[in-house]
Amino acid sequence: MIDSLAQQTLLDPAGLGESELDTLLATTFGHGVDGGDCYFQFACQEGWSLEDGIVKSASFNIERGVGIRVVSGEQTGFAYSDDIAMPAMLEAARTARSITSAGQSGRIAVAARNPGRELLYHPDNPIDSLDEQAKIGILKQADAAARAADPRVTQVMCSLGGVHEVVLVLNARGELATDVRPLVRLSVQVIMEQGGRRESGSSGGGGRFGYAHFLEEDRAAAFAREAVRQAQVNMEAEDAPAGSMKVVLGPGWPGVLLHEAIGHGLEGDFNRKGTSAFAGRIGERVAAKGITIVDDGTLAGRRGSLNVDDEGTPTQETVLIEDGILKGYMQDEMNARLSGTRSTGNGRRESYARLPMPRMTNTYMLAGEADPEEIIASVDDGLYAVNFGGGQVDITSGKFVFSASEAYRIRNGRVTNPVKGATLIGNGPDVLTRVSMIGNDMQLDPGIGTCGKEGQGVPVGVGQPTLRIDGMTVGGTQAA
Amino acid sequence: MSEVLQTPATADEPQALSHDPDSLRARVQQALDAARARGASDAQAVVSHSVGLQLDVRKGEIETLEYERDQSLSLIAYFGQSKGAASTTDFGEQALLDTVEAACRIARHTEPDPCAGMPDPAFKADTWDDLDLDHPWACDATAAAELARAIEAAGFATDSRIENSDGTSVGTQRSIAFLGDSQGFMGGYCSTRHSLSCALVARDAKGMQRDHAYRVARAASDLEDPEAIGREAAERTVRRLGGRKLSTRSCAVLFAPEMARTLIGSFTRAISGPAQYRESSFLLNAVGEPVFPAWMQIEECPLTPRALGSAPFDGEGVRTRNRPLIADGVLQSYTLDSYAARRLGLETTGNAGGARNVTVAPGNKDFQALLREMGTGLLVTELIGQGVNQVTGDYSRGAAGFWVENGEIQYPVEEVTIAGNLKDMFRSIVAVGTDVDRRGNIRTGSILVEAMTVAGE
Repeated sequence: MIDSLAQQTLLDPAGLGESELDTLLATTFGHGVDGGDCYFQFACQEGWSLEDGIVKSASFNIERGVGIRVVSGEQTGFAYSDDIAMPAMLEAARTARSITSAGQSGRIAVAARNPGRELLYHPDNPIDSLDEQAKIGILKQADAAARAADPRVTQVMCSLGGVHEVVLVLNARGELATDVRPLVRLSVQVIMEQGGRRESGSSGGGGRFGYAHFLEEDRAAAFAREAVRQAQVNMEAEDAPAGSMKVVLGPGWPGVLLHEAIGHGLEGDFNRKGTSAFAGRIGERVAAKGITIVDDGTLAGRRGSLNVDDEGTPTQETVLIEDGILKGYMQDEMNARLSGTRSTGNGRRESYARLPMPRMTNTYMLAGEADPEEIIASVDDGLYAVNFGGGQVDITSGKFVFSASEAYRIRNGRVTNPVKGATLIGNGPDVLTRVSMIGNDMQLDPGIGTCGKEGQGVPVGVGQPTLRIDGMTVGGTQAA
Repeated sequence: MSEVLQTPATADEPQALSHDPDSLRARVQQALDAARARGASDAQAVVSHSVGLQLDVRKGEIETLEYERDQSLSLIAYFGQSKGAASTTDFGEQALLDTVEAACRIARHTEPDPCAGMPDPAFKADTWDDLDLDHPWACDATAAAELARAIEAAGFATDSRIENSDGTSVGTQRSIAFLGDSQGFMGGYCSTRHSLSCALVARDAKGMQRDHAYRVARAASDLEDPEAIGREAAERTVRRLGGRKLSTRSCAVLFAPEMARTLIGSFTRAISGPAQYRESSFLLNAVGEPVFPAWMQIEECPLTPRALGSAPFDGEGVRTRNRPLIADGVLQSYTLDSYAARRLGLETTGNAGGARNVTVAPGNKDFQALLREMGTGLLVTELIGQGVNQVTGDYSRGAAGFWVENGEIQYPVEEVTIAGNLKDMFRSIVAVGTDVDRRGNIRTGSILVEAMTVAGE
């Protein structure tokens, strides 16, 4: 049975019933085709922003279309249409199919496919979850909390965004899967000025639920106060050290380390092509004993979670590294088939107009046993980094960076002065072998991550416990 | 007001568009009229459409063939000084009305902003020159595959250490866009963008390295010899093999043109309207102040024919003009749209949509001469990560490149960071090379900075 909302949103307006889907399948796939899909998508999103204490702009966007992908061997043909209607779809299907040289079309029966488990998020449209005044109220609350927190705050910029996305995937085997995905996010940035010095701080969060989340537990104001706290810390920050030193990473969002250092390198496409520094290393030690890292798309309500991926495969928990040993890669359908394995539910795409590829969902390290305070106390001289901007990796050489936005110097086992933001650089295949202590305080990030790969952005999550790494290069300006 | 003349697309024409100019213009007008009918005091609409092909070859075989066909309508509605925006990719009649309704609904909820509104009509473009931006390319999938194979084969043939490919791409796109507003402005034009790129992987005992080469141009005839691209990709990849870390030190840094462009990118962001009125710039209120050395000149050249950043009018229909941003090292102007201009009590500079063809005047030394001028230091050919704080100018990024002594490249360097503050880095620029990279919206040669902190082992 097809999800009724997906049917009403994507199929009914174009008059697409069973016989039309049969025709589409027969035209698109058949003999000589190894895979592919018709990916129907409807997405509406809105964004409200506040500046100078007033909500002065907002935007609303609607996208609707179908992407048709035909895979034959290692080859992919792809065309899309922003018109969900039979003539346009059949034209796109014939165009996509031009990648295969031969093959007769055959009859393929449509069959529903679903994960057979509880939905990970509620299908309600988050944009309708509050009225306009209440949305504006959230932004005003954050603004007021930021201004009340410190008189040195000169600028507060807040934005509130929501997405309602309905997808329907009909694959080459005739399997039909649907997903209705909500996503909301609140971001706060402040500028603080004192004696001519200006510093900024930012915070935010979100996930796959409605806007009411931000009204509960004083969250909107808490994000604002957190942004102000970061700006306050930066106002006192001294020049960051330069050189190799011991680094203690805080829990939660610093897990961007895992995303860059090993996550991308374990995506199936790079490994099939042999372009990843991790290619051919399954079974080898790539991290210290005690380190277990998973990619898990099944965490309820998380920003990186999906009921089914963009190929209709149910998401799962995939063990990437177990007790320091490399166990597996993240796969989409095509790369799994070409590597002789199964999709891990990591096939994702930005929209119907882009091709899917192996992507992360929520990538995190399981907790260890050390008390976080003990970890800090064990370092005589080092860096304690608790907040980060983004990161980037060269998957072939394995070199990766991530940029600290809040960090402190550790001296004699104590956290001392804050230091300015600095980039940390390392080598993915060996940085985790230098982890010497793993905290018992695993945390997931607040729901702020977007991962970019080949120009496609998708929402993701990261997480980790407090970690001690014995030797990373810290890119400050002061000789250490 | 007039518009660019252009012939309607026919099926025989290469890269024929699916919507003709008249229908796009009519759609813009329909959206504007619908907004006025719903009580909007003013409105501005953009309709755009593009067709394209992207083909990737890897190890001699076609890997992906993508046909693109995009369209969108976006509308801004003003109700006095309240504003709402909406957009859609759906070109149906109902979707147009829904989009207009969404913009109007939002405008009824946003709060009035005294600076909101349309640009002063006196600044609008009324006539403009053809900037030679439309060069359709008759490149079908077969031709694209042949071209990509030739590029990649040239790469593999260059050096036996090239053992893998990360893909060779041929991309071509043709777009048309019309902008109209309720004050009577209506203008639009076609443009094309074609690109070739090749990424290769080399291996030695120490491991693998990847690098790439690319070309991008408005006209396919400006893309140069495809085999040269393959060779360049191979040479760039192989020369990275055997990279070493450096010990932590302070030294001169020479940014290769593609990397120098990112420094100038930080400059253009810092002088943009929003960075100024949000007080989020390390060059806050810096007009009239020396930002670069007194011998440096930087111009914005939106009217350069065939250039990738060219446009005869900005995103609000305001005429663009070539103008100095830095004269004798001193900042001359910010880059403003009409909103930012009102916020700052200035006039729009025709920069709705950003700065265009920002051009750093080259000095008199070529790349080799710059290496000799540096003598000892780090040549940076790749930067990774964000690591730039636009509020303070603090700069710390991952880098790869080459260690240089006596003006000659000694060995490849990787896994280091370079750090400093952009204000100091700009003022301590020693030279700009004649090796200008014209493949983007920022045009500069190599930039030599006197000293930065390099962190490594």
